[in-house]
Amino acid sequence: MTELERHSYDVLVIGAGGAGLRAAIAAHEAGARTAVVCKSLLGKAHTVMAEGGIAAAMGNVWPEDNWKVHFRDTMRGGKMLNNWRMAQLHAQEAPSRVWELEEWGALFDRTKDGLISQRDFGGHRYARLAHVGDRTGLEMIRTLQQRVVALGIDVYMECTITRLLTDGTGEAAHGANRGNIAGAFGYWRETGRFVAFDAPAVILATGGIGKTFKVTSNSWEYSGDGHALAARVGGTLLNMEFIQFHPTGMVWPPSVRGILVTESVRGDGGILKNSDGKRFMFDYIPEFFKADTADTEAEADRWYEDKTNNRRPPELLPRDEVARAINAEVKAGRGTPAGGAFLDIASRRTPEYIRKRLPSMYHQFKELADVDITAEPMEVGPTCHYIMGGVEVEPDTAAAMVPGLYAAGEVAGGMHGSNRLGGNSLSDLIVFGKRAGDAAADYAKGLGSAPKAADGQIEVASKEALAPFEREGGENPYALHQELQTTMNLLVGIIRDADEMRDALAKLQEFKDRAKNVTVEGNRMFNPGWHLAVDLNNMLLCSEMVAKAALEREESRGGHTRNDFPKADPEWGSKNLILSEKDGEVSLVHKPLPVMPDDLKVLFEESK
Amino acid sequence: MTITESANNPKAFAPGVDKSKSYQANFKVWRGNSETGALQDYSVEVNDGEVVLDIIFRIQADQANDMAVRWNCKAGKCGSCSAEINGRPRLMCMTRMSALPPGEEVVVTPMRAFPVIKDLVTDVSFNYEKAKQIPAFAPKPREADGTYRMQQIDVERGQEFRKCIECFMCQNVCHVVRDHEENKKSFAGPRFFIRLAELDMHPLDTNDRQMLAQEKHGLGMCNITKCCTEVCPEHIKITDNGIIPLKERVVDRKYDPLFKILGLSKKKTND
Repeated sequence: MTELERHSYDVLVIGAGGAGLRAAIAAHEAGARTAVVCKSLLGKAHTVMAEGGIAAAMGNVWPEDNWKVHFRDTMRGGKMLNNWRMAQLHAQEAPSRVWELEEWGALFDRTKDGLISQRDFGGHRYARLAHVGDRTGLEMIRTLQQRVVALGIDVYMECTITRLLTDGTGEAAHGANRGNIAGAFGYWRETGRFVAFDAPAVILATGGIGKTFKVTSNSWEYSGDGHALAARVGGTLLNMEFIQFHPTGMVWPPSVRGILVTESVRGDGGILKNSDGKRFMFDYIPEFFKADTADTEAEADRWYEDKTNNRRPPELLPRDEVARAINAEVKAGRGTPAGGAFLDIASRRTPEYIRKRLPSMYHQFKELADVDITAEPMEVGPTCHYIMGGVEVEPDTAAAMVPGLYAAGEVAGGMHGSNRLGGNSLSDLIVFGKRAGDAAADYAKGLGSAPKAADGQIEVASKEALAPFEREGGENPYALHQELQTTMNLLVGIIRDADEMRDALAKLQEFKDRAKNVTVEGNRMFNPGWHLAVDLNNMLLCSEMVAKAALEREESRGGHTRNDFPKADPEWGSKNLILSEKDGEVSLVHKPLPVMPDDLKVLFEESK
Repeated sequence: MTITESANNPKAFAPGVDKSKSYQANFKVWRGNSETGALQDYSVEVNDGEVVLDIIFRIQADQANDMAVRWNCKAGKCGSCSAEINGRPRLMCMTRMSALPPGEEVVVTPMRAFPVIKDLVTDVSFNYEKAKQIPAFAPKPREADGTYRMQQIDVERGQEFRKCIECFMCQNVCHVVRDHEENKKSFAGPRFFIRLAELDMHPLDTNDRQMLAQEKHGLGMCNITKCCTEVCPEHIKITDNGIIPLKERVVDRKYDPLFKILGLSKKKTND
């Protein structure tokens, strides 16, 4: 065997989306020797898909806006299950992080006064999203990418991490892979050769798990790598049952089913209609949001111009509410031909306005569906978009429950509670990306000597990665992946039921066994079949965590809707579910939610 | 309809697949590595509304598990799945099967200007090296109230270029490098000319980009055949709005007697 390629850093960041790049910049600026590893090319991470904007209470459009309002909106959107401290830090720091992007070259759309313009989005009291047309994520990733290049930070592209390394000093009962973080192990996609990174601090910024679902807005990269990497070295995961189904994914043609249609369509005036032509969202205003939501079309339409004297249109309720409403309309037989709802902006705004505000949606529909959105309505339906659950972290430092391990962005849990507001993801990336980078650099600096990977870990990891080549006559990874996606979509999807989730868990057990027998053809050079076989293990672990937590939580809240427990339960509203893995088995405990201090609680009482 | 019923009927989650419109297509896909390779034939099902990337996925899942292809968003936003379809650079995810000549073979090959790694995947590191050679954005200080103020009309010029998704098809199609490996060293290519143009037009940037474009990045080698503009999936007017204005400014500077006599070269001209 050729000698293993090895690199040494103080801080290793896994993932090159918004959170990873922002973390790398912070760690580098704090003086740590820093590198980024990513599965794709630099600049292709899922952040480019974000369309609408970055939520930050800068008050450029509505001076009444401030962090307290943003904090309140975020907590209410998450049905109060958010980690209050994360939500507070997020609301307080988002404006500075946005201004920083501007200083690094981002060209946001402007107000008449020349300041950063801010747009309306679901669940946000004021127009708050800094944006660039409907391609804000691209602007963010390009700005951060160019900053990383300018700073000369090392980026290892098309390199997949399969295991974290530890010094093996953890609790003996948990096996040799527990302990302090010592680095990471993976393979180059191009050659298939292995590489190890020695680093006392590792930041997970790997995004979500959406590729476990069939109808999804997520790319192949979203296989829950970070969730699984953390769990396999003893990290804990929080509330994995909460998955956001974005209300508006494309539903036709079938091959693009799930591709995102930005919420900005509704923020900029678009409305939802059923096949009877009825603007149905007025029928789905929940008690919790009644006081803030317009109950007539006239009031809803006035709100775009006058937010002080009118309440928000129901199309701009938080995403979980809108997704359930569309789902219910389709089930009641009032869906569109392709099984969605009509999203109409054509009859509400001029073609020039639509093309200007929503250029990439205009192209997406024109080129993929032959639909001119300035003249016809779009057909849309729910699509798996985001996981609110994730690695349990310390709010101020993004530190996971393993010494030396950090997590930021979608892979981290807690910030968004049971449902994330649109626009809060991009701001989450840069707020907690920076915090993770700062804390990881600090931790690495404070260590006397860097932990060394325990003997045998690299051998075990190599063997595990190569296993699909060793077997013969087993199953094709693509077929198993498709079955997994269908199962998750059907049985652990937008509306859930105990019996179905038990079925799902039984199926997942079967898939786990079958995965042990997956075979790949060809050699190690850029072999997507092999890559999928490796990623499948992560998807299976995450799916099991999602299904177990979803079965356990006997209530409906945010991105977790139970047919058999249709109401939110205050008892459950004070509990997190903590998941962990040991020897391939998933276990789960209840943990009380951190209690919000009185000075913040007041914000919710005043508003009643 | 309850969920349980739909569980027995996977189609409930994908209505609209009208199999009556499905047909069998003949694909020729280039398979190979840096040393050797050839077109391989695949007969594959095509369904209504599908794009070329869907077909590549189907071949990969059913007939060639190890076929290498890059992709991420499948929505024309990340620029990963560039290839040549019937000899024309395209994003596979944005090329609808219905837009190709009916009944004819579809030939899919990797981008030609970059070295092949495997199958449809090429080594695009040239572009990442060029990106490193562009001096970073260097903003002027904030205004007294701590803000930057820019007018929408002024940011829009740069925004056009920042739509770039780095699919590198403009680089691939540019004849200066497409068949002239030797030019790569001194030529940054259209993608980076619009990067320079974007910075040059950025209301806050203080670096001088114009002479740099000419002297270090080979702007002069471009003779405006507009091939880059034609293939841009974002419809950026690379030549008209990026390269030509940059060339004009360079000419103004080079032949401005005042610059020549005083040796002024650092001052940034804002129009």
